[in-house]
Amino acid sequence: MLAAIGVPDLDTLFAQIPEEAQLKRPLNVPSGIAEQDVVALCERLAAQNRHLGELVCFLGAGAYDHYIPAVVEAVTSRSEFCTAYTPYHPEASQGLLQTIYEYQSMICALTQMEVSNASLYDAATAIGEAAIMAAGITNRSRVLVSRAVHPHYRQVLATYTSGLGIEVAEVEYAAGVTDLPALWERLDESVACVIVQYPNFFGCVEALAQMAELARGAGALLVVCADPIALGLLRPPGAYGADIVVSEGQALGIPIGFGGPLLGMFACRQEYLWHIPGRIVGATVDAEGRTAYTLTLQTREQHIRREKATSNICTNQALAALAATAYLAALGRNGLRRVAELCFQKAHYAAQQICARPGFSSPWRAPFFKEFVINCGKPVAEVNRRLLDNGILGGLDLGRYYPELEGHALFCTTEKRTKAEIVRLVEML
Amino acid sequence: MYPDDVKYTKSHEWVRVANGLATVGITDYAQEELGDIVNIELPDAGTRLRVGDPFGTVDSVKAVSDLMSPVTGEVVEVNEDLEASPELINQEPYGSGWMIIVRMEDPSEQDELMTGEAYEGFIEQE
Repeated sequence: MLAAIGVPDLDTLFAQIPEEAQLKRPLNVPSGIAEQDVVALCERLAAQNRHLGELVCFLGAGAYDHYIPAVVEAVTSRSEFCTAYTPYHPEASQGLLQTIYEYQSMICALTQMEVSNASLYDAATAIGEAAIMAAGITNRSRVLVSRAVHPHYRQVLATYTSGLGIEVAEVEYAAGVTDLPALWERLDESVACVIVQYPNFFGCVEALAQMAELARGAGALLVVCADPIALGLLRPPGAYGADIVVSEGQALGIPIGFGGPLLGMFACRQEYLWHIPGRIVGATVDAEGRTAYTLTLQTREQHIRREKATSNICTNQALAALAATAYLAALGRNGLRRVAELCFQKAHYAAQQICARPGFSSPWRAPFFKEFVINCGKPVAEVNRRLLDNGILGGLDLGRYYPELEGHALFCTTEKRTKAEIVRLVEML
Repeated sequence: MYPDDVKYTKSHEWVRVANGLATVGITDYAQEELGDIVNIELPDAGTRLRVGDPFGTVDSVKAVSDLMSPVTGEVVEVNEDLEASPELINQEPYGSGWMIIVRMEDPSEQDELMTGEAYEGFIEQE
């Protein structure tokens, strides 16, 4: 290659770099090894991790062990999709644009909202974007977020709003759900939006109808972060009049990985179309009257609107969104409902069986979906150590995030958990 | 093309003054350059503008432009039709595409603006 460009040696190639910046020793990279040895080395390293292929998972809290149908990977592993970067040219890659358009359409159907974007990184940043969008729409500078929203999401929200002059205030929960009187008390004309999770971080179903009414009464927007699997069973936030709906789409055909990649779903009312962050794909016709897809409403985005844009996100989670699209297409409305029903029934069975064990109880009676809180009456670390010794990943130690919930664990039961697994969990507690 | 009953700014807005009220819009040249207009953001009635202040933005398919106020005064009326039908700006930039009406604080500000003929000369050089 050096000969091809007419350079005598490597040193001459790097001669333009200042002397003091040049590395004067060989790189510390061992010489090559055979492919077989590489594979063996990687397998040895990987074996140091324990994973959900060997552990039975009762842990949720934002990333879920749902079943991923084989067809999802069959679609996402196509090289046209998995090697492509997110689209920048508005009209090239019609196939990819079509999948994004279908993704957007499905998100609208799932949440019962009028507009969806092409996706964001994850639910946490989607919440951050929603808060900024609400502040821009209402011209108000305070945001209320329930303490029953995922602690990591609240942390990201604080980061997103810092430096923008947007103040975030937390609303307490009571008996497992957002405290409505506390919310009513905090609502005034300075509040741009109310942010809640549905089901909330504790797995409990929030009273969206009342919240929508309270928010509307104060002229604030209602932002709901919804579990997409739950939407197979629960009434969607759009039906309650939510203004913005975001979601963690990992549950839709995306593996837990090592905490990522995730998928930020983002949908809102038509009237806010010009305030929505992120890419949007629209359908139109080309010069010959054929259906065509294109990135549209791009003047909202930072590369055109610059400092006046509501967001600096100029990408989407294309491959993850494709996985979610394939998952939803494979399951369909009925399949998704069935998955949701199984999660619901198994979670209730598990909760019931766990509470039958002496020392374990449920702290509240709020309706829940696939996650529930158990008061273990002893340190959760102790419970989980015993479970792990028996190949079971136990619930989240809530005392780490909510000091008042010391000794409480957040368990999750997805449709993947069998009755035998649940029985064994209860035995090992 | 460049009606004489209005005056023009270097940032391609036009002003029609009558009884101390200034109606403001963008010129035919501006709408032509922008292309299909798809969205417009205008101020609320009651907003006070100073000459040269940006009073809103107009989006076409591929670009967004600031709208600059040619006069100082309070916005007394905003063209609500433009929210649902921004294409009126392309179709009738001096008619139904009008944007805001401002009650002028200083009528002499008109004298700073260009006539139709001067504006035509100005854009020929652009």
